[in-house]
Amino acid sequence: MTDSKYFTTTKKGEIFELKAELNSDKKEKKKEAVKKVIASMTVGKDVSALFPDVVNCMQTDNLELKKLVYLYLMNYAKSQPDMAIMAVNTFVKDCEDPNPLIRALAVRTMGCIRVDKITEYLWEPLRKCLKDEDPYVRKTAAVCVAKLHDINAQLVEDQGFLDTLKDLISDSNPMVVANAVAALSEIAESHPSSNLLDLNPQSINKLLTALNECTEWGQIFILDCLANYMPKDDREAQSICERVTPRLSHANSAVVLSAVKVLMKFMEMLSKDLDYYGTLLKKLAPPLVTLLSAEPELQYVALRNINLIVQKRPEILKHEMKVFFVKYNDPIYVKLEKLDIMIRLASQANIAQVLAELKEYATEVDVDFVRKAVRAIGRCAIKVEQSAERCVSTLLDLIQTKVNYVVQEAIVVIKDIFRKYPNKYESVIATLCENLDSLDEPEARAAMIWIVGEYAERIDNADELLESFLEGFHDESTQVQLQLLTAIVKLFLKKPTETQELVQQVLSLATQDSDNPDLRDRGYIYWRLLSTDPVAAKEVVLAEKPLISEETDLIEPTLLDELICYIGTLASVYHKPPSAFVEGGRGVVHKSLPPRTASSESAESPETAPTGAPPGEQPDVIPAQGDLLGDLLNLDLGPPVSGPPLATSSVQMGAVDLLGGGLDSLIGGTNFVAPPTAAVPANLGAPIGSGLSDLFDLTSGVGTLSGSYVAPKAVWLPAMKAKGLEISGTFTRQVGSISMDLQLTNKALQVMTDFAIQFNRNSFGLAPAAPLQVHAPLSPNQTVEISLPLSTVGSVMKMEPLNNLQVAVKNNIDVFYFSTLYPLHILFVEDGKMDRQMFLATWKDIPNENEAQFQIRDCPLNAEAASSKLQSSNIFTVAKRNVEGQDMLYQSLKLTNGIWVLAELRIQPGNPSCTDLELSLKCRAPEVSQHVYQAYETILKN
Amino acid sequence: MIGGLFIYNHKGEVLISRVYRDDIGRNAVDAFRVNVIHARQQVRSPVTNIARTSFFHVKRSNIWLAAVTKQNVNAAMVFEFLYKMCDVMAAYFGKISEENIKNNFVLIYELLDEILDFGYPQNSETGALKTFITQQGIKSQHQTKEEQSQITSQVTGQIGWRREGIKYRRNELFLDVLESVNLLMSPQGQVLSAHVSGRVVMKSYLSGMPECKFGMNDKIVIEKQGKGTADETSKSGKQSIAIDDCTFHQCVRLSKFDSECSISFIPPDGEFELMRYRTTKDIILPFRVIPLVREVGRTKLEVKVVIKSNFKPSLLAQKIEVRIPTPLNTSGVQVICMKGKAKYKASENAIVWKIKRMAGMKESQISAEIELLPTNDKKKWARPPISMNFEVPFAPSGLKVRYLKVFEPKLNYSDHDVIKWVRYIGRSGIYETRC
Repeated sequence: MTDSKYFTTTKKGEIFELKAELNSDKKEKKKEAVKKVIASMTVGKDVSALFPDVVNCMQTDNLELKKLVYLYLMNYAKSQPDMAIMAVNTFVKDCEDPNPLIRALAVRTMGCIRVDKITEYLWEPLRKCLKDEDPYVRKTAAVCVAKLHDINAQLVEDQGFLDTLKDLISDSNPMVVANAVAALSEIAESHPSSNLLDLNPQSINKLLTALNECTEWGQIFILDCLANYMPKDDREAQSICERVTPRLSHANSAVVLSAVKVLMKFMEMLSKDLDYYGTLLKKLAPPLVTLLSAEPELQYVALRNINLIVQKRPEILKHEMKVFFVKYNDPIYVKLEKLDIMIRLASQANIAQVLAELKEYATEVDVDFVRKAVRAIGRCAIKVEQSAERCVSTLLDLIQTKVNYVVQEAIVVIKDIFRKYPNKYESVIATLCENLDSLDEPEARAAMIWIVGEYAERIDNADELLESFLEGFHDESTQVQLQLLTAIVKLFLKKPTETQELVQQVLSLATQDSDNPDLRDRGYIYWRLLSTDPVAAKEVVLAEKPLISEETDLIEPTLLDELICYIGTLASVYHKPPSAFVEGGRGVVHKSLPPRTASSESAESPETAPTGAPPGEQPDVIPAQGDLLGDLLNLDLGPPVSGPPLATSSVQMGAVDLLGGGLDSLIGGTNFVAPPTAAVPANLGAPIGSGLSDLFDLTSGVGTLSGSYVAPKAVWLPAMKAKGLEISGTFTRQVGSISMDLQLTNKALQVMTDFAIQFNRNSFGLAPAAPLQVHAPLSPNQTVEISLPLSTVGSVMKMEPLNNLQVAVKNNIDVFYFSTLYPLHILFVEDGKMDRQMFLATWKDIPNENEAQFQIRDCPLNAEAASSKLQSSNIFTVAKRNVEGQDMLYQSLKLTNGIWVLAELRIQPGNPSCTDLELSLKCRAPEVSQHVYQAYETILKN
Repeated sequence: MIGGLFIYNHKGEVLISRVYRDDIGRNAVDAFRVNVIHARQQVRSPVTNIARTSFFHVKRSNIWLAAVTKQNVNAAMVFEFLYKMCDVMAAYFGKISEENIKNNFVLIYELLDEILDFGYPQNSETGALKTFITQQGIKSQHQTKEEQSQITSQVTGQIGWRREGIKYRRNELFLDVLESVNLLMSPQGQVLSAHVSGRVVMKSYLSGMPECKFGMNDKIVIEKQGKGTADETSKSGKQSIAIDDCTFHQCVRLSKFDSECSISFIPPDGEFELMRYRTTKDIILPFRVIPLVREVGRTKLEVKVVIKSNFKPSLLAQKIEVRIPTPLNTSGVQVICMKGKAKYKASENAIVWKIKRMAGMKESQISAEIELLPTNDKKKWARPPISMNFEVPFAPSGLKVRYLKVFEPKLNYSDHDVIKWVRYIGRSGIYETRC
C-alpha cells in the first residue's frame, strides 16, 4: 500500500475531479478520494469547497474512512459552521454504538469541533460517556470536558460537568484518574480563584495510589498536579515525598523531573536537621545526573533545570562536577549549558580540574563556545579567590595564541578581574597593551580603554594610546565613545599638565559633534565639573568603585523560587515566568514555594503559606540586565546608582535646569580654559552641586517605569508662590500601592524644616498613608525626593473636575495650598480582570445611554502592543476579536472604589493612514468615562 | 499542552500536520519552516520561541518533527513524547523517512488521534496500539464484544503493555546486557571522566501473565537481601558493583524497588528495555590509547599512537577502530601500522585505523607522518581528541545477572521450564583521549 501518490496530484480541475470521486458509488474509490483530500489539506491547499461531499461519506461502517472524515471535519468545521450541523446526527448515533472504540472516537472528535451549534448537541452524549461502563470511553470523555470548557466555560459549569469530573478522580481505572486530573488542572488554571481541585489529604492519597498504576504520561499529570498542593505540615510533606521518591527511577525523564519538582518544593517545608532531609538530598543527585545520558534535547531541558536547582540547593550536586564536562560531540546547546553549570559548581576543591577543562575548551572550533569558555575562566577567578592568579596566567596564555576573538574576550574578563582584585594584577597591563591594535569589537575596545583610563598613572604612554582611539571617535559605538570620554577625563585628572589638549578635544567631540544625547550629557557634566570645581570632579570621577560581586548572573531569588515551582516546564527552560511568554490569563497564576516550617510547630495554617518567601541568606545580585559590562562602565561615573544606567535618562526637568544657564556660555566660548584657573561663568544659575544631584535623582524616577505609566514630574507649586519652596511631583502606582512622588527644592536663602502635608476631601478618598517625612532640614538650594504612600480610605467628596486634589503643605515658614489633577489610572486595581461571561453580561446590563465614545488620535499601535501597554497599567484585555480587518479589544478595569469600567477598543492595524483608535466606554458611573479616556490616551501615547 | 504536531521533510515541506488546540494556526507551520528549518545559522536550541509560540523539535535522519504550543507545557514531557512518537512510527513501518511517512500518512493520522488527545499524551505502547490500529486499516470492525472490551481494558489498564492470553509452545527469554563505556583521558593518561551507561534488554516469549524477578550483583541489592543469608554476601560481596543510578521500564514496580530493592515485573511480550543504569566506579577500561604528537617545523607532524588491550587474554575484542584527527591543511599522510589497516580519509580529516580482532593484554602501534601545507592562518590547530570504537564480550562495569525467575501462577509451567539466554556486550560510547 503506498499512499504517497496522494501527495502528487496537482493538475487543474482537481477539486472538480475529487468531487466526482467522492460521490462515487464504489466504496474503494470514495476512500481513495478522501485520502487525496486529506493529503491536500496537509500540504496547505484549501479543500473546504468539498465540505458537503466529504461529510456525506461520514455515514459509513468503515472505521478508517470515518476517521478520515472526522479529521477533515475538525479542520474545516469552523469555516463552514452551518454545514457542520449535518454531521451532528452521526456523532450522536456513534455515541450510542456498542463498540467502545467508536463511542470514544465520536466524543473525542465532537469536542474538537469548535462550533457553538454542535457543542449544544454534545452535552447530552458527553454526560452519558462520562459514566460509560468502559474506562476507555470515560478517559476520553474526561479530556472532552476540558475541550468543552475551552469553548464554552459557562455551559460546562451550568451543566455540572465539573462535579462529574471531580468524581472521576476516585475512578477505579488509573488512566481515567490521570486524565481527569489533567482536565481539572487545566480548567483550574483558567479560574485561579476557584477551588476546583480542592486537594485535601484524602484526595492526595487517591492520587498517590493512582500514581503507582497509571501510564508514564498519567504519572506526569498527577505529579504536576501534586506540585500545586500545599501540605499542612512537615510531616505530611515528608510522607508525600516518601511516596514520590520511587518515581526518580522511572525511565521517562519527564516523570523524573516532575518528581524532582514535587520534592524540591516540599523540601522547603522540611527542617534541615531532619535525617530525612539529608537522605532526600542524597537521593536527588543520581537521577539528575542520569538525565544527562538521555537524548540531547532532553539533556538540554535537564541542564536548564539543573541550572536552577544548583542555584537553589548547591549542596545536591556539589560533588558531581565531572559529569558536566563537555564532550567533543555534544550539540552546541548542551555544551553552552554545561559550561554554565560548571562555573556554578566551581569551588576551591575542584578549581584545578575546572580550569584545565576550560583551557581545553578555549581551543575548540565553535566561536560562541570558545568565548563563553574564556569568559568562564574570568568568572572562576572572581568566584574562587585562591584561583585568581592561576586564572590570570591562563588568560595570558590564551592572549598569546593571538586568536582574535579569544584575545578580545580575555581582555573583557581581565577588566572584571581588575575590578574584583584592585592593585594586584596590574603587571599584565603591558601584555594587554600589545594587543591594542587587534581589538575590533566594541566591548573589548571599551574594556581596554577602561583599563588604560583606570591605570593611567602607571602607563607611560596612556595619552598616546587613548589618542589613537580618538582619531576615529565618530565611527566608534556609543559604548566605546562613553568609555573613551570617561577614560580621558580620568587621565586628565591624574596627569593634568600633559593632557589638556586631549581632554578639550574629547569634550568638544562629545558635546558638539555628536548627536547622541547620552554622550552629550555626559560630556557636559564633565565639562561643567572640570571648569567649576576640579576637586569635586576628582571626587566624582575617580571615586572608589564598589567591588563587583562574586556571581553576576544569578537569577533573582524570588524569580528563582517561582521557577522552582515550574521545574520541567517551558518556564524552566526559558528561565522566565510563564506570564512572560503565555498569552492571556492562562498559566499566569503566580506560584511560590511553601514557607519553611519548624518541625515543632506543625499546625501552621496553610492560608498564610503561599505569600512568604523562604528565609535564608541570599547572595547579593547585580541584576543581569543585558550586558554586565554596560553596567560596569556606567557605574564609574560616580556614586553607584541602583536604577538602570544613566544612559537611559530621558528629558526631564532636572536635566534642563542643569544645562540652562552655563550651557550657552560653554558652547559660545570655545576657548575652554583648564580648571585650575577656570572662572565660574558669570551667568550660571543654580550651583552645580544641586544640579548634578538632580540628574542623579532622575534615575530613581526612571526606574519606576516597570509598574503603571508614570507621568514626568510637573511643577505643582512654583517657588515664587511659596516663599522659595518649589514642589514638583507625579503619581505612581506599583504593585497595588499608590504613591505621590514629590520633589521639594529649597530656593530660598534659609533652611526649611518641619514639613507636613494634608489633602482636602476628594472624589476617591485619597489620603496620605504616612506623614510626610523629610529627615534632615532642607538647606538652601537643596532638593529632596520623597515618595509619599497614599491610601484610598480617606473621606470622600465629589470634586470638580473629578480628579482634582487639593493639597496643603506646611513648613517652618508658612502653609501653602495648591491643587493638582491626578491621572485616573493610578486608581486602576490589579484584580480588574473580568471573566468573559461576566463581561458579556455586564456589557448588556449597563444601559446604552451610559456608553461614551472617544477617539484617540495618531496612535499607531497594533492590538498586542496596545494590550500589553494597557495591561501594565491594570487595564486588562478580556477578549480579542478581528472584525473585517479591525482588531477589537474588549477590556475591563476596576477602580479602587469598586466601580467597573468596560471598554471596547477598535484598532485598524493594517491601515497606516488611519492611526486613530476608537474607544467606547461603558460604566455605571458615566462621569468617570472622560477621565478614563484621558488615562487611556496618556498610557497609549507614552 | 501540545497545541499541534507537524512533520516536515528536509526541504521544509509539511508531510503531516495535526492541530489540537485552537490557539495554533496554520501560520505556525510556516513560522517553524522559515525560522528553524530554513534558518541560515545552525540550530542553537531545540526549543524555539517565535512570536509567543514555542516550538520543540527533534530530527530523525532528514525528517523534522515539531511540537507546537502557546502554553507553559511540561517541556520534558513534550520531548519524551516526540521520541515515543518516533518509536511508535518505527515499530509500524520501520525507518522514519519521507517515503515511509508519505506511504503511511493515513496510519500516522490515526496514531496521532489515538496517542494525543487535546494535546495530552495517551497510552503510546506499541504493543497495545497494534491490537487495534494496523497498517491494513482499523481492525475492530469484525471483533466480538469481548475482544473490544479486552482492547479497551488493555489500553487503559494497569498492565497496559501486555495483553492476556498469550501462548507459546516453548517458553523462552533472552537477556542482553549492553553497555557503552565512555572515557575522556588526558594526554598524560589521567582519567578525566569515565562512566558506563548500560541497558538490560529483554526479549521474552512467555505464556500467560508471567511474574518475573530479576537479580544482579548490585551492592545495595545484595546487602539488603544478604542480611538473611550471610553466606551469599561473603561469596558475592567481592564482585558486587556500585550502581550510581538506574531507571526502569514502566512495567517494573518502582515502589517495590524502593522499599525492598527487588526488581519485579510482568514483562511486555517481545523485546523491551528492562532497565538502564550508570556506573562510575571500578570500571574496566578495555583499551588504553597512548598518543604522541610532535610538530616538526611548520609543515610536518609526526604522530605515534599505541593502543593496549586491558582484559583477559582469552577474550577477543572486535570491530576496533581508532580515529586520529589530522589538521585541515594536511597535504599528504604516510602511515605504518603493525596490525590491521589504516587509511587517511581526507574528507573526514582523520586517519582511520581498523583492526578486526584483538585479544586481551596485547598492544599495537601506528605511526604516521603528516605533511602540512604552509598557511598564514594564525590560529593554532584545535587538536580534536583521538576517538576509539570497539566491541568486547563482557560488561565493563562488572555487572552480572544473578538470576531471572519466572512465576506464572495460572498456567502450569515453572521457572525451570523456561529457557534463558544471557549475553554481555560492551561497546565504546564516547571513548576519547586528548592529544
